[in-house]
Amino acid sequence: MRTYATYNIKGGVGKTTTAVNLAYLAAESGLRTVLWDLDPQGAASFMFRVKPRVKGGGRAIISGKRPLDDAIKGTDFDNLDLIPADFTYRNMDLLLDSAAGGQGAGAGHGGDGKPGSAPGGKPARKLGRLLAPLATEYDVVFLDCPPSVSLVSENVLHAADVIVVPLIPTTLSVRTLEQLSDFVDEFKGRKPELVAFFSMVDRRKKLHREIAEKLSAERVEVASTAIPALSVIETMSVERAPVTVFAPASAAAKAYRALWAEISAR
Amino acid sequence: MNSGPAGFTADGIDPPAWEEAAAAALDALAAEFSVTAERRVSAAAGRGTDPASADQRTTWLDTFDWRLYKAGLTLEYLPGRGGSELRLADRASAGRPPGPAGVTGGDAAAVAGSAPERAPDRGAVQPVTGWQASRPHLLAELAGGPVGARLARLVAPRALVPVATTTVTTTVYRLLNADSKTVARFMISRPRLVSGRHATPLPPRLVIAGVRGYPAQERRADRLLAAVPGLSPAAEPLFADALRALGRRPADYSNKVDAAITRAMPAARAGAVILLRLLDTIDANVPGVLADIDTEFLHDLRVGVRRTRSALKLFGDVLGLTRKELAFFAAEFKWVGDLTTPTRDLDVHLLDFEETARGLAAAKPDDLEPFRAFLEQRRRKEFRALARGLRTARFTGLTADWRKKLVALQAGGAGPAAVSAPRSVPSGRSAGGSAGMLAAERTRVAFAKVARRGAAITTDSPAESLHDLRKRAKELRYALEFFAPLHDSAESAKVVGDLKRLQDCLGEFQDTEIQIAEIRALAAAMLAAGEAPAVTLLAMGEITAGLAARQRAARADFERRFAAFAGIDGQRRVSALLRGGVSR
Repeated sequence: MRTYATYNIKGGVGKTTTAVNLAYLAAESGLRTVLWDLDPQGAASFMFRVKPRVKGGGRAIISGKRPLDDAIKGTDFDNLDLIPADFTYRNMDLLLDSAAGGQGAGAGHGGDGKPGSAPGGKPARKLGRLLAPLATEYDVVFLDCPPSVSLVSENVLHAADVIVVPLIPTTLSVRTLEQLSDFVDEFKGRKPELVAFFSMVDRRKKLHREIAEKLSAERVEVASTAIPALSVIETMSVERAPVTVFAPASAAAKAYRALWAEISAR
Repeated sequence: MNSGPAGFTADGIDPPAWEEAAAAALDALAAEFSVTAERRVSAAAGRGTDPASADQRTTWLDTFDWRLYKAGLTLEYLPGRGGSELRLADRASAGRPPGPAGVTGGDAAAVAGSAPERAPDRGAVQPVTGWQASRPHLLAELAGGPVGARLARLVAPRALVPVATTTVTTTVYRLLNADSKTVARFMISRPRLVSGRHATPLPPRLVIAGVRGYPAQERRADRLLAAVPGLSPAAEPLFADALRALGRRPADYSNKVDAAITRAMPAARAGAVILLRLLDTIDANVPGVLADIDTEFLHDLRVGVRRTRSALKLFGDVLGLTRKELAFFAAEFKWVGDLTTPTRDLDVHLLDFEETARGLAAAKPDDLEPFRAFLEQRRRKEFRALARGLRTARFTGLTADWRKKLVALQAGGAGPAAVSAPRSVPSGRSAGGSAGMLAAERTRVAFAKVARRGAAITTDSPAESLHDLRKRAKELRYALEFFAPLHDSAESAKVVGDLKRLQDCLGEFQDTEIQIAEIRALAAAMLAAGEAPAVTLLAMGEITAGLAARQRAARADFERRFAAFAGIDGQRRVSALLRGGVSR
């Protein structure tokens, strides 16, 4: 089982559209795929027309009271299942911390009193442990992360084999990538692979073109495929389906296919 | 009510009524769900509105004597553009409507109505190439695959023959909730029985396939279908419908006698019923022998002939045939038996060949290859003679006349006078009028012969005395089989078990002797034909040495086997069995 997480500290950079489209393409290629919508806003659940609700809420899942398996919903697509979002996920930091603590992992609390302040401690690896039983049933897991720096994101980074980072082509995005790279480098033991790509690229903007070209040439973790800013991608929330399904011949669909080909080949 | 994975089937035999029920089912579902046809999606066309449907052809295979069915298995051949395969499954989990190919959207397993990757315990899938669905196939063609491996012990030496072929067109609909999310799928499968160029429609099957995480909606859709007039829960797999349409039923061939006789039945009629059953077996096997599908067609045909001859000897006098007729049919069936012997003898050598070759101590298995080639060449020649014989008017006329005669006897055409006045009754006693009396008397006589002749055999007795005893034991065995429906089955099983062990011993003693003689004759023939390398002759010599050792062992075992069957306890068991036959 290979775990991919779409992650960026910033919101609105195309994390969810990336997770939805890449998960669909993975499933289409024959891989048994499940997407976990960890964002309490439930955008990925919405796009698959699944109600953003989990029986017993996030607490039941994180505490292990209900197996993760129970929450899984079939999407309309072959090989692709979804673990829906739930509004209680907004408190997931607390849930992760207390669940881990409840298992006698009090060491997870650092001296500064913030949850998960000991990097790589038990609370930071809870999600990974919850996902482990899915390995027999799925080839690929996608985690769609809320935008933040939190115990949730730390969990996601620990659980993932590959972190897919959508970047808006701005000078700040370079800093974002470097920060993330440094953070992951501090992990003890297994480190996830970082794959960044430019998202919402406007070919008419000179700055976008320059940054995208420069960075993908300079940094090995930046994919050569970029996803252009296209209105058809925005209509995903109207069509409530991956763009590769409702507009399979569009430039956007082609770009996502190329991106998945590049990421899955790494 | 949950229909289970088999879903529902349309009632009745009328295709227009079936379509009405299918339409009513769609209406019933549309009252609570948005029903939309599964889209046909292709990269170029984007979306279409036709219901996605696809044809799946299935051919069910079994041995002629239904070995897979009797073992609770089904074997399906599924041709496909992406590759054809054989699918072996437990009967309980097989027979669900196959899923449409080329349908995008939805979980393939859900669409198929079963989970192909969740193979049942004894199931297996094996890709095959160049498989012809209309032809029989020997197991050797499946060597090395998982299906071949699982079937090896069960099927060999029989061939897998096609039993029925269907083509199923499945139309898939999605059931949507208020968010237009697919919460279940509805499939209408329209099967047709394919026979040559003809296709006969079979009752459609309607199945709700759930989507993970939406069990309530699946149950609801199932309940809606359950309320539709003209639909019933599908109790049987599609294979059963196909067989029914062919006018067949599962396990409709067996080489067991299993005649429908009762104790009170007039003896003449019971005899005719038994002989008709034997003739059915003979007739059923002729096409398979002529097509040379596998060796067991000839074996079963020979057993049918041997039993017929034995039955004529045992109770031919009570049938109501004239002495001349009886002599004629006995002679003609002897002719059929003799006609089949050379081919069967060679079949036995060839069937045992691999094991014999493996068992060689000094010689190498390859040394025997010229012997095998010689046997195969001989067999081709003998088989041609056999086939010519079975196509003669003498043979076809014999079976047709015999059937006509037996049908008349069964109907009582010969009159009761024939029964009450038997012409040649062994030991001078009357068979009496009923089947029960006939069974008791004639079986007792057959047992007495075995007991008497066996008791006379000493260590100094010639081989012929054991061969003769084998024949008498066979007659007794057949008598027990013919009249088995009249006996207590548990008591009968004990007697037959001891008798079978005695027969095996006598059979081993005689067969090894015959095989030694045959191998010697074959060696001489090979030498004469200049086809006998020295190593081959040496290996054949080793085989005869092994056979001689087996024969000695069988001879040494005889006394014990005979005592177990015909000793005091054995005699008591036979008496008890036959008393039961008369009194009840």
